[in-house]
Amino acid sequence: MSEPVPAEPTLAIVGAGPAGLRAAQVLTEAGLRPILLDEGHRAGGQIYRRPPPGAERPAAALYGFEAGRAQALHDLADALASQIDYRPDTMVWGIAPRAPFGFDLDCLGPRGHERIAVDRLVLATGAMDRTLPFPGWTLPGVFTLGAAQIALKAQGMAIGRRVALVGAGPLLPLVAHQYAKAGATLAAVLDVTPLGAKVTAVPRLALLPGTLAKGVWYTVAGALRGLPVRSGVRAIAVEGGRQVEALTWDDARGRRHRVACDAVGASFGLRSEAQAADLAGCRFVFEPVTRQWQPERSPEGRASHPHVYLAGDGSGIGGADVAELQGERTALALLADLGRPRDAAREARLDRRLARHAGFRAALDAAYPYPHHLVDGIGDDEIVCRCEGITAGTLRRAATERDAREMNRLKALTRAGMGRCQGRVCGHAAAEILARTLAVPVETVGRLRGQAPIKPIPLREPV
Amino acid sequence: MSGLFHRLAKRSGPAIPFTIDGAPAEVQAGDLLIGAILLHRHALRRFEFGPGERAGYCLMGACQDCWVGLADGRRVRACTTRVEPGMAVVTGGVGE
Amino acid sequence: MERLTVDVAIIGGGIAACSAAVALREAGLTVALLEKRLCGGGASGVNFGGVRQQGRDFSELPLSRRARVLWDGLGAKLAEDVGFEATGHIKLARSESDMAVLEAYARDAAEYGLDLQLLGANALRAEMPWLGPAVVGASLSPTDGQANPRVVGPAFARLARRLGAEVREHAPVRHAAHDGAGFTVEAEGVSVRSRSLVNAAGAYGGAVAGWFGEAAPVAPLSPNMVVTEPLPHLVTRSIGVVGGDVYVRQTRRGNVVLGGGRGTADSVDGLARPVSATSLGAMDKTLTLIPDLAHAQVIRSWSGLDGEMPDHIPVIGLSASTPGLVHAFGFSGHGFQLGPVVGEILAELVTQGRSASPLHPFRIERFAAWRGPYRSEGEIEH
Repeated sequence: MSEPVPAEPTLAIVGAGPAGLRAAQVLTEAGLRPILLDEGHRAGGQIYRRPPPGAERPAAALYGFEAGRAQALHDLADALASQIDYRPDTMVWGIAPRAPFGFDLDCLGPRGHERIAVDRLVLATGAMDRTLPFPGWTLPGVFTLGAAQIALKAQGMAIGRRVALVGAGPLLPLVAHQYAKAGATLAAVLDVTPLGAKVTAVPRLALLPGTLAKGVWYTVAGALRGLPVRSGVRAIAVEGGRQVEALTWDDARGRRHRVACDAVGASFGLRSEAQAADLAGCRFVFEPVTRQWQPERSPEGRASHPHVYLAGDGSGIGGADVAELQGERTALALLADLGRPRDAAREARLDRRLARHAGFRAALDAAYPYPHHLVDGIGDDEIVCRCEGITAGTLRRAATERDAREMNRLKALTRAGMGRCQGRVCGHAAAEILARTLAVPVETVGRLRGQAPIKPIPLREPV
Repeated sequence: MSGLFHRLAKRSGPAIPFTIDGAPAEVQAGDLLIGAILLHRHALRRFEFGPGERAGYCLMGACQDCWVGLADGRRVRACTTRVEPGMAVVTGGVGE
Repeated sequence: MERLTVDVAIIGGGIAACSAAVALREAGLTVALLEKRLCGGGASGVNFGGVRQQGRDFSELPLSRRARVLWDGLGAKLAEDVGFEATGHIKLARSESDMAVLEAYARDAAEYGLDLQLLGANALRAEMPWLGPAVVGASLSPTDGQANPRVVGPAFARLARRLGAEVREHAPVRHAAHDGAGFTVEAEGVSVRSRSLVNAAGAYGGAVAGWFGEAAPVAPLSPNMVVTEPLPHLVTRSIGVVGGDVYVRQTRRGNVVLGGGRGTADSVDGLARPVSATSLGAMDKTLTLIPDLAHAQVIRSWSGLDGEMPDHIPVIGLSASTPGLVHAFGFSGHGFQLGPVVGEILAELVTQGRSASPLHPFRIERFAAWRGPYRSEGEIEH
């Protein structure tokens, strides 16, 4: 780096999940005191979300086979508290480049609006569930798998009395296991990816770390505490008038099934929460396996922007274990860029572990291929953008009759992605629908640009 | 009054009184507003652009599906807001 | 490299450019339109959406009056719901001196046929009881209103295509020249020969004029906009203020759009970004006008790049240097309402060399003696 290095650089980490916490740890080891900006009330992020204080259950009861790692992260958060500038309940809603370098972060927290000038930025913004529309998905009682898990971990609640779970990734068996262990009644556990993919992947899956392996094993073995995990499920649909009453699906042989239930947790993999990287001016690249745009990240965690560092699911889906390693690795890259002494052995060790995990990830991706059949099955009447109530038919007509060739034009013409969530929920499905309608590869229709505020802010500053 | 959510893990700690459309209700300290309401109701709000109601979706502050109004005029995202004693939720009879 | 030979080449893909393509095709001429990104995606698509005559420079009122007639039939002409509603435009006074400004404007506007109604504090509160105490009076233009800017430009571009215009998007123009016989326009992927050339290049209009030896100091202007979540209907009219530092409207779907102040504009890459401090300032000002919006949530902000002239009125008219060249740019943040009529005027200029509307104030020669660059600042009414 050629620019002058400030003696006391101001460093901010956005996100206090596994990636953000490990990055903070490394920076404190080097004698720095980073600002850790956490939208949550207690550090841990979503995957290791902590229940309210004072009334904790044993971790094993809430986290199932994640319990050990969750406890370690929570202990780390507690240990770091006095060594960092921790800002809970603080949302970064705007990021603007600052001259000559660095960023202004617009934050809304317990003290109202605050603008924080930082020299370097670690973005560890995590992921949310990737969703696809299916009949009935906007009914009250349909949640994401992540939501089902958070209700349990953070609140000790199930999303319903008879819950059906649907997924296309390792989160499905994990949540099913957690619900079963907590005593919930599961009506069905449905995997929309084929069993064959997992069976084929078994030799490679043997390499997987324990937590993931268990989940996939449950699926392959076809039983979870006595409840069958059905793979290769297609054409899922929720029935109900005012709320969820039943879930129906086709099995792998094309037979229709129906179970009564009052809640459904359904989502299909994860997608990066990358709006902060977008506002910071990072370049994005298309990742063909998970079919999503992600901020470009070097193996060491550097973004395309020289003062931005990336770690965790916010810049590519790798899971919590990878997020911890990346948090540590990108913080080391940041320290190197500050001219601090390097620990080459530690860097090399991390790089080796990350390379191994990339192998695990490839095996997982092979076990859970993208559910194209769900996208193909989205009917014209189906709402795609839940915020604005925009249907798939409206999107398809915008492509065929209104010259929409690209996502931001699709948004301008139809309002899809223009609501409160800014396309977090519908953006992926809308891109797949647009690309299929135009018969072009999905990467050619681009991505929705991020816009401040990253999440809603009140017109009047709260005091 | 039975709702959508179902508490599996009781926590110790004080009960928190609040109201939904004026009706008194009680939850546990540390409960999020979304859980507090959905323990008693099946939905949180009306959908603005069509028939039907909504009950939230992602529970991690991303999807923005769970914004509800309070009697003092504030609007809050139920999945990232903790219930406070005396909080008065106004849904207009949604999800009863 | 595609090669086209047409009667008229158009540089730019905003509403003025696309509506010119439509009018020229209707007049039977062949047209090629070159847009650097997507038609209607620049200032035409990201503006406030005001369809306003009130408050304009008097030189613009004849054009604006003519445009207003077109807005009534625009949805039908474009076969697109452009969201136009004559909600009225009300300009608020926050002091007695503001009120004096409104009174003087209303008196003079009447001479142009624009009827404005002056409202004192009591009459104003009777109609709009939700206005804050800072407001002391207003001037109402009942025939003004608002529309959805995002759909108008693309709909004009589609109509132009249906009528046979060659519309090329993602085709930034590198250079244009006149060789005595006609124009050659070199754009990315396409080269156009034409008898006439329309310069509707917005913030880049000055650069295009410069290729033909004409000075036109255009500064980049990036209005800063903010929008709330959908809310119950409250703001019945499109709102402006004396001074132009804030403006507010509520869409049919309930979102409240508010603006004021400037974002940042980069005239090199053509991208404009909102500035958070500006957004927060506009939010504060909006609350002084409409306190009931206090709890509304802001869900998005944006900006776009327009061209601003030193005298805040556009350049519209024949080139003084090059026969066959016609200019229309520099709408200074308030071109949306004029767009449809500018297309008609450009077609008149190309086919007849003159327009039915008085264009003398907009002639490019007014900047002939201009030296040096121009950087704009201060408030702009949208």
